[in-house]
Amino acid sequence: MDRIPILRMGDFLLITVQVDMHDRLAISLQDDLTEQIVRYNARGVLIDISSLDVVDSFIGRMLGNIAAMSRVLDAQTVVVGMQPAVAITLVELGLSLPGIRTALNVERGMQILRAETARNNPELLEEEPVAGPDGMV
Amino acid sequence: MADTLHIRTSEDIVQVRTAVRKAAIAAKLGLVDQTKLVTAASELARNTLDYGKGGSVLIERVDAAKTGIRLTFEDRGPGIANIELAMTDGWTSGSGMGLGLSGTRRLMDEFQLASKPGEGTTVIITKWSR
Repeated sequence: MDRIPILRMGDFLLITVQVDMHDRLAISLQDDLTEQIVRYNARGVLIDISSLDVVDSFIGRMLGNIAAMSRVLDAQTVVVGMQPAVAITLVELGLSLPGIRTALNVERGMQILRAETARNNPELLEEEPVAGPDGMV
Repeated sequence: MADTLHIRTSEDIVQVRTAVRKAAIAAKLGLVDQTKLVTAASELARNTLDYGKGGSVLIERVDAAKTGIRLTFEDRGPGIANIELAMTDGWTSGSGMGLGLSGTRRLMDEFQLASKPGEGTTVIITKWSR
C-alpha cells in the first residue's frame, strides 16, 4: 500500500502531498503523522499542498483533523502552497478551513512554526538564541 | 464524447476526478472552472458512495451556444426525503460538513437534483466554458 512520506527536520515534520488522496491514504497519513510526532517530540508540522489541484471537503476535513490531532499532541500545523484556483473553489464551496493555519509557501510556513515554537517554549530560545531547528540563522 | 464511470469505492472517486479533469481540459474550460468542476464532481461522487450506496457518473461534453461539461450522478440508494433541507448549508445526515449539495450548486452554472425516497437520487451539473 502506498504511503505519503513524512520528512523530519529538527523539531518539525514535513509532508508534501503529491498524489491525489483517497480515504485509506488519508487515514494512514493521520496514523503515521501522530505516531511520528510522539516518537520525535515534534513541535510543528508543515504540510505542503502545492501539488494538489483539488481540495474537496474530504481532504479539507482530513487537514483539519491532522491540525487538531497535532494540537492535542502539542505540535502546531501549517498548511502551505495552496494553488489560487483551489483557494477560490474552497471559499465558494463554503470551506474556509477553520482551525487550520495557512501560509503562502514553505519558507513562510517555517517562519510561523519557528515563531510559534519559540513563543510557546521560551526556554528553548534561551538555550539557542539564534539557530533555528535546522541550524539556519 | 460520453463516458460512464462506476462509483463503488473511494479509489473510484479519484478516478472520477481524473476523468472529469481530462474532459474539462478538452472542453477548454479555464483553470478555475476546471477546479470548480472537479471539486463539485468529487463532492457528488462522495455523496453517491456514502449516501447512495454507490452508483455511476456519466461525463458528457455539451456543444450548444457554448461548450461545456455535463455530469450526471445516479444512484439507487435510499433517496432524499426532504430536498429543500438537504440543500441547506450546514445540513448533513452523515459525517460530512454539510457543504456537499449547497456548496456544489454554488460552484456550477447549472444544477438539477431529482430524488425519490426508496428509489434513488440523480444530480445533473453543468459547467460552461467562458
